[in-house]
Amino acid sequence: MDAPRERWTGQDAGPVVRPYALTGGRTRPRGAPFDLVAILVATGKAPGERVRLTREQRRLLELCRRPSTPADLASEADLPLRVVQILLDDLRRLGLIERREPEHDRARPDSRILMRVLDELRRL
Amino acid sequence: MNFAASDLPVTPGTPATPAELDEDPKHTLKILVAGGFGVGKTTLVGSVSEIRPLRTEETLTDKSAGVDDLAGLERKSTTTVAMDFGRLTFGGGVRLYLFGTPGQERFWFMWDQIAYGAVGAIVLADTRRLTASFASIDFFERREIPFIVAVNRADGSRHYTIAQIRDALDVDPHVPVMLCDVRDRGSAKNVLVALVEHAIRFAPAPGP
Repeated sequence: MDAPRERWTGQDAGPVVRPYALTGGRTRPRGAPFDLVAILVATGKAPGERVRLTREQRRLLELCRRPSTPADLASEADLPLRVVQILLDDLRRLGLIERREPEHDRARPDSRILMRVLDELRRL
Repeated sequence: MNFAASDLPVTPGTPATPAELDEDPKHTLKILVAGGFGVGKTTLVGSVSEIRPLRTEETLTDKSAGVDDLAGLERKSTTTVAMDFGRLTFGGGVRLYLFGTPGQERFWFMWDQIAYGAVGAIVLADTRRLTASFASIDFFERREIPFIVAVNRADGSRHYTIAQIRDALDVDPHVPVMLCDVRDRGSAKNVLVALVEHAIRFAPAPGP
């Protein structure tokens, strides 16, 4: 029998799935990726009947019940940042999450918010 | 197989309490920490902020072909890059995030992503290897991103004055250059303060 030389199943496959297996092989989101610190939140809509979310997508959606950012989500879900950005893009396309602030808020921070940060830093 | 994680109900969240609402992020800001391996990025981030694990899986293109540690690999492959990631949480939902990434040119695609909309950057330098900072300085100058140079006082680097270091780096006169000790929380804090003070001079006026 010409069985494959290596056959990894169960525990033999190791604890880690190659990261891009989680995204169906995609290495970038279809749309512009969310900023690392964009504030995202679940819309509260239920996924459609025919929508099958992966375990990782469900985990991220769960975490998005409270506003969070891609960087925080990647850290909490222990998934690579780029993978998280792709999965979050999927959730956005399904209408399950949205940005909490308008797009233009992602430009360079204004002097008022920087003054506030400066005060906080000096108090550290 | 275990589907436990998939069975989590995905339902609209219960209303948050006022205390929880205060903790939700409302204004998020980014600072880059640039510098070569071993210059103290991780220590700096850890001295001043809550440090969190973060990694990214990136596709390296043929740009990196020929780099020693990738020799023998295919021209296009993925690599896991650990990022230094720190967070400072202030009142009113203000969060300041610190991102440190490797200084080599082959990681600049990550920098572009982080740099967009950032407060600015800290170029962490080491007087034993000042030339290692040139590429970072050039990167931020070209993109008009506010930055400061912080020289970590590692062993044997105390003989140089700020003026000598500034001369060697050839940065614009308006760019702050300072000494620091990344292990010291107060010193690390002063670096952040210096960057934010510098960035304020270039910041847009608040909207209505």
